[in-house]
Amino acid sequence: MERSLRGTVAIAGVGETAYYKRGQAPDAEFKLALMAVLAACEDAGISPKQVDGFASFSNDRSDPSRLAAALGIHDLRFANMQWGGGGGGGSGALANAAAAVATGMAECVVVFRALAQGQFGRFGQGPVRNVISGDGAHTVPYGLMSPAQSFAMKVKRFMHEHGVEQSALRALSLASYHHAQNNPRAVMYGRPLTEEKYDDSRWIVEPFHLFDCCLENDGAAAMIVVPAERAKDYAHKPTYLLGAVSGSHYRAGASVHNAPDYATSTFKTCAPRLYDMAQVGPGDVDVLQCYENFTGGVLMSIVEHGFCEPDECNEFLVKENLVAPDGRLPTNTSGGNLAECYMHGLGLNIEAVRQIRGESSNQVEDVDISMVVSGPMVTPVSSCIFGTEATL
Amino acid sequence: MSGGTGYLHPGLPKPVPAADGLDAPFWEGIAEGKLKLQRCRACGRWQWGPEWICHNCHSDDLVFEEVPPVGRIYSFERVWHPVHPALKNQGPYIVVLVEFPEHDQARMVGNLLGDPHQDVVIGDEVHAVFEHHQDEDPAFTLVQWQVA
Repeated sequence: MERSLRGTVAIAGVGETAYYKRGQAPDAEFKLALMAVLAACEDAGISPKQVDGFASFSNDRSDPSRLAAALGIHDLRFANMQWGGGGGGGSGALANAAAAVATGMAECVVVFRALAQGQFGRFGQGPVRNVISGDGAHTVPYGLMSPAQSFAMKVKRFMHEHGVEQSALRALSLASYHHAQNNPRAVMYGRPLTEEKYDDSRWIVEPFHLFDCCLENDGAAAMIVVPAERAKDYAHKPTYLLGAVSGSHYRAGASVHNAPDYATSTFKTCAPRLYDMAQVGPGDVDVLQCYENFTGGVLMSIVEHGFCEPDECNEFLVKENLVAPDGRLPTNTSGGNLAECYMHGLGLNIEAVRQIRGESSNQVEDVDISMVVSGPMVTPVSSCIFGTEATL
Repeated sequence: MSGGTGYLHPGLPKPVPAADGLDAPFWEGIAEGKLKLQRCRACGRWQWGPEWICHNCHSDDLVFEEVPPVGRIYSFERVWHPVHPALKNQGPYIVVLVEFPEHDQARMVGNLLGDPHQDVVIGDEVHAVFEHHQDEDPAFTLVQWQVA
């Protein structure tokens, strides 16, 4: 018997809270998680008491047992955390939920992420304390401590090796902001970005301008994973999972920036496994959601998922190629982490489902294959591919 | 350098050896002006950061061995936005990733001394400068780099 997730599960429902600027959510983080779960259940047309599992990532603080108690769930069968920080586990958590459902461990698993940084502190700040030990002792005293600073040298090296120009990063940022202008949920709705505004924006850390960096937001997002054979019992056009993978390459986690293959989004081993499982290739992908912690991660992810060669980035990564509905590779059609919301990327998985359903605010025509890349440059990373019934 | 003056303004967290002792010989070495990386006595492989076993042959017979304080710039970044209160009035500064091509491509992070606006060239040879902070509590040493 072939072992694969392909076609075994479907996404029955998706839900989000309103998205807020960092620290501005009116609700506690745990309540945001509950509201996203309730919204996803309502979208699917199921009782929240039917949920029997939870999967999350990045050490989400909303404990599944407390969620189950709060929701009155009768039979909790699956409680799972994908290890690793940042958004690398977004599609990985979905893969874990799918594995549980595909193997009969659970029937209805919620994948979720909730963040209230006002309540719990920010990502983009360094540690304020007297001493530091371990890996951080070898970086923090040199002023290398934030996510942007941790990834900039990978991107700089990649750009150096392949002659990539700043315009490639700019195009990715312009595409996200362009799409956000049609998305009322987006935090940057009504705040368009131009080439000039990008070029004039301050450096955060070279090669990242302000507009190459993701937002920091409060909110929550959830999606419901069910067996594929029941996909048509729910309220919406079925979205099937064709493939989902996670992982990283040889010694990707070697500390103090010692990964032998350094200038990478960490997808060189994952992407081939994803396409093998999904039984599609990059040319079949109709629309892409690719996690922008920083635009440089999108750049390398696009290359490592086979959409262009490393030396073609300057030609391929131009705004007209990246925007819906007619671009060669419409990318981040909700506005993504740069301009919709930074929900550690789970909002991208939801947008990918909307594209399959035909419900995006930047809908691409005739979408059959919809792909998500989660959390480039960390380890482990993950990515997934959704398909319509026609792709099964 | 001494008296707490360094490339970056004072006030960042000060490095101390890991509580489990894993990297203690490194910190002891640089306090004496000796740059030491971890090497496997069984297979000869160098590795950094330090680990309890050799990633190549899995021996736990590892030592910290002195290397010439010379490397090459593998990558770099110029930081503009301060993310720590100590750096609020720092202005831009340069972080370099220095590779040791003769030592299995081990890499270390440091700052590139000199003008923070200087053009940085990937591949340039750099020499270590031991930046001692004897008057701090706890005292510590950083390894900084200068274009040869």
